[in-house]
Amino acid sequence: MTVAITTPRFKDNVHDALNDQRLQGALPHARNFIGRRAEAAARLPEFDALRDSARAIKDHTLAHLDLYLETYERKVVEAGGHVHYARDSDEAVAIILDICKARDAKVVTKGKSMVSEEIGLNAALEREGINAVETDLGEYVIQLRGEAPSHIIAPAIHVTRDDIEADFRRAHRDLAPDRDLSQPEQLLSEARAILRDRFLSADVGVTGANFLVAETGTSIIVTNEGNGDLTQTLPKVHVVLASLEKITPTLNDVAQILRVLGRSATGQDMSVYTTLSTGPRRAGDPDGPEEYHVVLLDNGRSATLGGPFADMLRCIRCGACMNHCPVYHAVGGHAYGWVYPGPMGAVLTPLLIGVAEGGHLPNASTFCGRCEAVCPMRIPLPNLMRAWREREFERRLTPPLARAALRLWAFFAKRPALYRLAVEPATRALGLIGRRRGRFVWLPFASGWTRGRDLAAPQGATFQSRWRAKSGAVR
Amino acid sequence: MSESPAAKAQLRVGLFVTCLVDLFRPTVGFAAVKLLEDAGCKVVVPKQTCCGQPAFNSGDRADAQAIARRTIDAFAGCDYVVAPSGSCAGMLAKHYPDLFADEPDMAIKAAAFSAKCCELTSFLVDKLGVTSVVARFSGVAAYHDSCSGLRELGVHDQPRKLLASVEGLSLVELDEADVCCGFGGTFAVKYGELSDAIVARKSDKIVATGADTLLAGDLGCLMNMAGKLQRQGRAVKARHVAEVLAGMTDEPAIGEPAEDDAR
Amino acid sequence: MSARDEIFATIRRSLRVGAFEGPRRDAVAARLARAPAGIIPRRGQGEAVERLATFKFEAERVQATVAEVDAAADVPAEIARYLRDNNLPATLRFGDDKRLTDMPWAPSALEIARGPSEGDDLNAVSAAFAAVAETGTLALVSGPDNPTTLNFLPDNHFVVVFAADVVADVESVFARLKAAYGAGALPRTVNFITGPSRSADIEQTLLLGAHGPRRLHIVVVKS
Repeated sequence: MTVAITTPRFKDNVHDALNDQRLQGALPHARNFIGRRAEAAARLPEFDALRDSARAIKDHTLAHLDLYLETYERKVVEAGGHVHYARDSDEAVAIILDICKARDAKVVTKGKSMVSEEIGLNAALEREGINAVETDLGEYVIQLRGEAPSHIIAPAIHVTRDDIEADFRRAHRDLAPDRDLSQPEQLLSEARAILRDRFLSADVGVTGANFLVAETGTSIIVTNEGNGDLTQTLPKVHVVLASLEKITPTLNDVAQILRVLGRSATGQDMSVYTTLSTGPRRAGDPDGPEEYHVVLLDNGRSATLGGPFADMLRCIRCGACMNHCPVYHAVGGHAYGWVYPGPMGAVLTPLLIGVAEGGHLPNASTFCGRCEAVCPMRIPLPNLMRAWREREFERRLTPPLARAALRLWAFFAKRPALYRLAVEPATRALGLIGRRRGRFVWLPFASGWTRGRDLAAPQGATFQSRWRAKSGAVR
Repeated sequence: MSESPAAKAQLRVGLFVTCLVDLFRPTVGFAAVKLLEDAGCKVVVPKQTCCGQPAFNSGDRADAQAIARRTIDAFAGCDYVVAPSGSCAGMLAKHYPDLFADEPDMAIKAAAFSAKCCELTSFLVDKLGVTSVVARFSGVAAYHDSCSGLRELGVHDQPRKLLASVEGLSLVELDEADVCCGFGGTFAVKYGELSDAIVARKSDKIVATGADTLLAGDLGCLMNMAGKLQRQGRAVKARHVAEVLAGMTDEPAIGEPAEDDAR
Repeated sequence: MSARDEIFATIRRSLRVGAFEGPRRDAVAARLARAPAGIIPRRGQGEAVERLATFKFEAERVQATVAEVDAAADVPAEIARYLRDNNLPATLRFGDDKRLTDMPWAPSALEIARGPSEGDDLNAVSAAFAAVAETGTLALVSGPDNPTTLNFLPDNHFVVVFAADVVADVESVFARLKAAYGAGALPRTVNFITGPSRSADIEQTLLLGAHGPRRLHIVVVKS
C-alpha cells in the first residue's frame, strides 16, 4: 500500500497547479539547477565520456544482475549484515516493521529515500505507533505539512520561506512564540536543534542507498546535510532500503557514476557526504550500529529487465531530467500524482503502478528532448514515453475521440489521391472563412488550443495544388 | 566546401513541404523552393501527404509505418529530401529507420532514405555551403530554436548565419531560445491548458526582447507562438525563417489578415 | 517459493538466462577481480606539489578552509589559533589515532576530551585516511582512532591530512583501502567529506551547518 495516487486526474492537477499562486512563485527555483549543471559539466572535460562509461557499467550490471546480487548478498553477510528480499511494497514494509518490533523501537529516524515513499513506509510505521522522523531538512518540512516530495532531490522546492516559518511555529510548540524566524539561517538552526534530539534518541535508522556495491557488500549514500550519516551511525539498528537496480559491481564503478551524479543533480562535483557503510560496527568500534539490515525491493524491477523499458533501470535518481523539463517547470512535481515526477516519473510510474492509472504522464510531453540531452545515463526518455503511448494505443486506452481523429488522418495520409480530394477543398473553405481576420478564436474539436490561443487560418489553396497549377505537372 | 554551380545544378532535391505548410502556409513552401533553386538545385515536389509523425507520436506504429513506406517510395529518385521543418526532417532522418527495426529489408531502405533527408537551413549551409542570401527585411527579429531541429538535427548556427546576411534585419537574442514553446503536435490540443502555460512563458520572453518579428524554422511552433501573442494582443508578428531568407515577405505574417499588413 | 527465489527466477526469466551458465559467471568473477578503473579525469593528477595545490583549490571552492603546517608538531597551535580567531571555545575532542595523540597538545592550552562524541562537543579533530585532490575531498574511516561521530556531531570539524596521503583521485583511495583492509573488505564506515554540511532546502538559499559541522578546517602537514 503506497501513497495516494492522483495521476488519473492529471489534467485537474495541472489546472490546480497553474492556479496555485504560491506554487507558481516557488517553482522558478527549479530552474536554478540548469545553470549549475551546465557549469559543472563545462568545468570537467571528461564529462560526456563519463556518461558513456556510466551507461556501459549499468548495462553490464543489469545484464548480469542475478550474479552481482548473489555476490552482494554474500559480502553483506560476510561483513555481519542481513539481507532481506521483498517482492513488493507490502513485503518491504512488513520486513522493516518486524525489525523495528524486534527492537521495540519507538523512534525511527529516516534519511531521504524515494523508495520509502514508494512503499508508503512512514504511514505504516505510524499506524504501528512508531514515530517516523524525516531528518533531511526538505523532507522534514513536507512531513510537517503532510505532503509528498515534489522533486526527487529537493523535496520541498515548492515550499516558500514563509510557509516554513508558519509550519515551524505550528509544530515546535515548546519554543518561545516571539522568537525571530525571519531569516533562513534561523529556520535552519531551529531544525538542526530539534532534529539533533531525534537523532540521539532514535532506536532504528532507515536510509536509502544510491549504490549497493557487490565487491564489498557496501551501501552508499550521497548527501549534503549529514542527516543520513547521523541516521545510520547513532541508532543501534541501521536499515538500508533500496531497489534491486542499485547494485553496482565495484567501488571503481561507483567512482565513474559518482562523477556524473552530483554534477547532474545540483552542479556539485561531489556531494558533501559520500558515505560507504559495510555491515555493523566492528569489535573495538566506539560508535556505529549493532545491527545492519539491507531490504532489497523488487516491485517490478526484475520483470522490466531485458524488456522494452529496461533502459529505465539505469536511472540514478539525479533529477536532471525534471530540472530541464518545461512541463515540470509549469506545474511542479505534485501534479504528476505519485512518487516520481518529471520525465523519469513519466516512464517509471506506468511501470510501477500500471499504464491504466499512470497513462497520462507519458502523454503529457512535447518530446522536446531536453531530458534525454541531460540524462547522465543516456536514457532515451522520449522514446520510452512513446513506447508507453504505443502500448496504450494497442490496448485502446487512448481516448476514443482522439483515436478516431488520428486514424482518420492516417487513413488519408496513406492515400495521397484521396488526401488531395479530402484536404484541398476543406483547406480552401477554412481559408475563406478565416480570411477576414486571418485567424480563428475558436474551432470545433480544437478548444484545447483555442481556449488560450488564436489559430492562424490557412492561406487558401494548398501548396501542392498551387504547385501543380504552376508547373502544370501531375507527378 | 563548394561545388561549382554546374555540379550543384545536378542535385535533384525533393521538397518535403510538410502537411502544415501545405495546408496552412504555402508561402513557406515557395520560399523553400526559391532558396533551393537559387542555390543551384533542381527542385521536384512528389505527390505527398505527411511524414507520419502524428501517428508515430500517438503510438499508432502501424499507420506510421504505412505512411513512411509511401513517403520513401514517393521520394525515390531524389538525391536529397529537404523539409522546411526540423520536426518533420527529424522524423524522416532519425525515426524512419527505427520504425522498421523489425523488418531488415525495409530498415535498410529506410536508412538509405533517411541519410538523404535534411532540414532546409542546415541543407543550405552544411551541404551546399551557402553562406549568405540576397534578401531585405527591415525589422528586429528574435529567433526561436525548435526542439527537434535543435536536438535531433543540430540546427542552431545555420539559420542565424543566413539571417545575418539579410539586409536591414537585426537579430536579437531570445532568452530561453532553446526552451520548448509547448506545441508538441497533438499535445497542444490534448493537454491544452499545460501547453498554453508553456507558450505563455515563451510569449513573455519574446516580448521582452523588444523584437517586432518572431522567426523559427517550424510552422507548428510558429502557429503556437503567434496564436498566443495574438490572443494577448501583442504586436510581434511571426514568420517562417524561409520567408525572410527568400525575401518573400509580402504575404501577411502568420495569422494576420491581409489589410493589417503594413510592410 | 521464497521471495528471494521468486525474484531470482524472475530476473533470470527476464534476461533469458539459466542459473548455472559458466561463461556468465566467469565474466562476472573476472570483472570483480579486475575491478577496472574507467575514465579518470586529469584534474587531480600530477606531482605531489600539484596535487596539493589542486586539493587546496577544490576544498576552498566548497567552503572548507585549508591551512598548511610544516610538521605534525605544529598542528595543535594551528587549531588553537583558528579557535581563537573565530571566537570559539578552546575545547577539542579526538579519538585514539596515534598521529594525533603524539602531537604536543599541552602548550596549546586546549581542554582535551577523548573518545566518540555524545552530541555536546563544539570542536573535534580527526586524522584523515587520505585526501582526494580532484575534488578537495577527505576520506575518513571508522574505528577507535577516529570515531565517526566526531565527523558529524560537533559544530566545527578539524581534519589533519598528511601531504603524502593527498592522492589524485578517489580510485587511489579505494586502492589504499584495499591494501589496508584486504580485497573485498572495508571498515564499518568510510566517509568521503567535501566541505562543511549544507542545505539549500529553504528557497534554494545555500546555508552551511545543516546537521553536520558548520565549519570544516583542514590542516595539511607538509612533512
